[in-house]
Amino acid sequence: MEEEDLSKVSGYVSTRGFRLAASTWRPLGARLDRVAGAVFILPAVVVILGFSIFPLLASLYVSVSRLSFNEGGVDLKFVGLDNYAKLIVGIDRVHLLGLAGPATPLSIAVLLAGYGLLAFALYRYVRSGDRTAVGMFGRVFVAVVAGGLLWLLVTTIMTSGRPGTLVVTMVYVGVDVTVQYLLALGLALLAVQHLPGRRFFRVVFLLPMMITPVGVAYLFRMLTDTDKGPLYPLWAHFGLTDVSWVTNPWGARLAVMIGDVWQWTPFIFIVLLAAIETLPHELVEAAVVDGANRLQVFWRITFPLILPATSTVVLIRLIEGFKIIDLPNVLTNGGPGTATESLTLHAYTIWRALDIGGSAAVAYILLILVTFIGVSYVNLFRRRVTAMT
Amino acid sequence: MSRLLARAIVLVVGGAVLLAACSNGTPSSNGNKFSGVTVRVVTFTGPQIAEPLQRRAPDFERLTGAKIQIITVPFSDLYQKLLTDFATKTNSYDATVFDPQWMGDYVPSGYLEDLTDRVHNDSALQWNDIAPFFRDFSATFKGKVYTVPLDGDFQMVYYRTDLLQKDGLKPPETWQDYVSIAQHFQGKDLNGDGKADYGSCLAMKRSAQSYWAWISIASAYLQSQGTKQGAFFNLNDMQPLTNNPAAAAALNVYKTLSKIGPPDQLNNDVGDSRGLFVSGRCALSLDWGDIGPLAVDKTQSKVIDKVGAVILPGSKQVLDRSTMQLADCNATLCPYAVNGVNHSPFAAFGGWSGAINHASSSKVKDAAFAFLSYMSQPAQSSSDVTIGKTGFNPYRTSHFTNLGPWETSGMSEAAAKNYLGAIQSSLQSPNMVLDLRIPQTNYYQQTALDTALAQYLAGELSTNATMAQITSQWNKKTDEIGRQSQLDAYKASLSVTK
Repeated sequence: MEEEDLSKVSGYVSTRGFRLAASTWRPLGARLDRVAGAVFILPAVVVILGFSIFPLLASLYVSVSRLSFNEGGVDLKFVGLDNYAKLIVGIDRVHLLGLAGPATPLSIAVLLAGYGLLAFALYRYVRSGDRTAVGMFGRVFVAVVAGGLLWLLVTTIMTSGRPGTLVVTMVYVGVDVTVQYLLALGLALLAVQHLPGRRFFRVVFLLPMMITPVGVAYLFRMLTDTDKGPLYPLWAHFGLTDVSWVTNPWGARLAVMIGDVWQWTPFIFIVLLAAIETLPHELVEAAVVDGANRLQVFWRITFPLILPATSTVVLIRLIEGFKIIDLPNVLTNGGPGTATESLTLHAYTIWRALDIGGSAAVAYILLILVTFIGVSYVNLFRRRVTAMT
Repeated sequence: MSRLLARAIVLVVGGAVLLAACSNGTPSSNGNKFSGVTVRVVTFTGPQIAEPLQRRAPDFERLTGAKIQIITVPFSDLYQKLLTDFATKTNSYDATVFDPQWMGDYVPSGYLEDLTDRVHNDSALQWNDIAPFFRDFSATFKGKVYTVPLDGDFQMVYYRTDLLQKDGLKPPETWQDYVSIAQHFQGKDLNGDGKADYGSCLAMKRSAQSYWAWISIASAYLQSQGTKQGAFFNLNDMQPLTNNPAAAAALNVYKTLSKIGPPDQLNNDVGDSRGLFVSGRCALSLDWGDIGPLAVDKTQSKVIDKVGAVILPGSKQVLDRSTMQLADCNATLCPYAVNGVNHSPFAAFGGWSGAINHASSSKVKDAAFAFLSYMSQPAQSSSDVTIGKTGFNPYRTSHFTNLGPWETSGMSEAAAKNYLGAIQSSLQSPNMVLDLRIPQTNYYQQTALDTALAQYLAGELSTNATMAQITSQWNKKTDEIGRQSQLDAYKASLSVTK
């Protein structure tokens, strides 16, 4: 049937000749059909290989090399793990990991509580019925790394020591994402109420997200200036003109975190708002009919139903949060001292001094940290939430 | 036939005369010589330095036909932007207005065009009018000229003449004087607005200009035997001079000053400290020549004719290199001391200078040189150096002798003489401290020194830990690049005949 149609169209091709050609072409066509999928995927694969995998591998190689600019070109010398050693045990250790101070009662208590919780979680898994060898290995690994990070956090923050860029970044991410989520949830719950002007405020709440981060950094640089900034009358009223936000390490970190919260709360807000607005009304109405109060409706219906959206948006913010650079760079240049320097800014300052290998090593440490936290989060929390709903 | 020959001779001679007229580099005589040529000039995100280049580029285009594109990048990125652009042969810039300290990295690799013949053949540039220091040090590397100076840089101390006069105080001679004058005025109302003001305003922000201010203080303690002694490294073994009682004394002065000033001084760069000074909120400041013209700028200054300038304060004790301890000045130790005080004016930065990419085409290089020459010629520069926002400070003999443009800018004759006198006394000092110019200078100063100072001011490091950190990082970098080659480069940078 198909051959006939084609011979009519071509007109001068004899049926015999066409059959011959078709018998030759059929296997080729079938073969093309088989590879069509691969052919269609190929451009995307090439793009990913070229723009993702190749730079990833190239920067891995750069991180174990020393790159120097010589007469007429660039010289790449393999130095093994030197760049990592410099960061973790060498001259840049305090910069990256911080300085641990002598233990205080508070730091010991927090460490004990943290390790107790980790041990309890492992114990529960061991006692549970669905444990597997792989699951056990994964959990022990997570517990060991999380225990290490906790030790780093506690001994550099809760003592007379000082945190390095790794700890500062984790503080930024932890505080920022938590505060952003709580604020965004509150605003989203408010914005779904039938209040006057809610359309206007929905737009207003979104504005900070539209501003470029560097602009936000300059804005907060002006706002935190107690001496000549736009909030001067306010500071003067409270007698705070001689107090500077940005010369005290925690004041400066707080300024960076407020800026980040201000800018990124809208992102979580819009996702949660969409999630809340698409909730089925029937469930809420049924609960109200059954006599549930507002708090019960929130905890038993709204919150569990928006958990999938929550887990996704928190994951996105976690990954994005680790890459913070604009705010500390513009607001304080990483100062006072190295107090507000994030990992990305750390990599950038090393890069600026043309230590490209060292910079790549910092970037890889960041990649490992983000991957560890992202994968742990997905495995331990997100998957459970998705299964639950 | 003979008429034809005569015409041909006239044509040839006429053409030759025209060519000769064009080759002297004077844009006014070039007509449209560079029509169709585009020159991409990169410098730092201003407004200083970029402003005069952007303002004068259209004039230059009208005169010569060359289109000048001014590209700006943040100062902290300029060094590696240029280096990576040259090294990877991207060559996206034909010329740059940059820090001449970086020649230590760019010239040996052959990235910059040798301008020796051009500067000597360009009569309009008036090369010999440029002060010898800028000609022989800032513009020259190993005997050859690579840059056209557009700015003269020395750090000086500025003070409020009205305040000091009223309280019977003299301008600071030593850093101790500076500290005590600053303490005297801290917290008092200095501009009559009823608000408490500050004794001293410095740029102490990280990744900005903080390390130059510290070197200005440290120089007084570190170098006393003349320019060739150097203030950064020991000339025998390239050991840094950053871990000794002299460096500690300078760190202590710096830390003390961090507390006698605005509350957010640790987050102030020169833009902030200049703004505070010209709005009358500071009694003292340490800066390049910029405050002089800014102080007479009617649009922003509240201290017109109330500002004096002096050579950097000195010290009565200096580092004795044989014992590596601080010792009182005497005729042997401080041969250039005045009233027993060793002054070591610091030629911080060396002045913004123009250079040309060796890899650009010859026509573009000609146009780029003509533009740099045009910017530096007295007709343009003598007014540019009197305008605060240009960021250009005097560097030609005529800038110092011709007071006309200064008075036109609003400075009184006395103020102009005081300001130019302070620069000249620095410029003529036999104990001037040259800024570091060795391969990877940028790492030594902008990364290692700057970070350690920021950590010291923020209380992250003690005095001893700061000195140890700077010294170990400098030594590691020196060993990485090669101690002997770095020592040779350092010695070469100091053997300058003024």
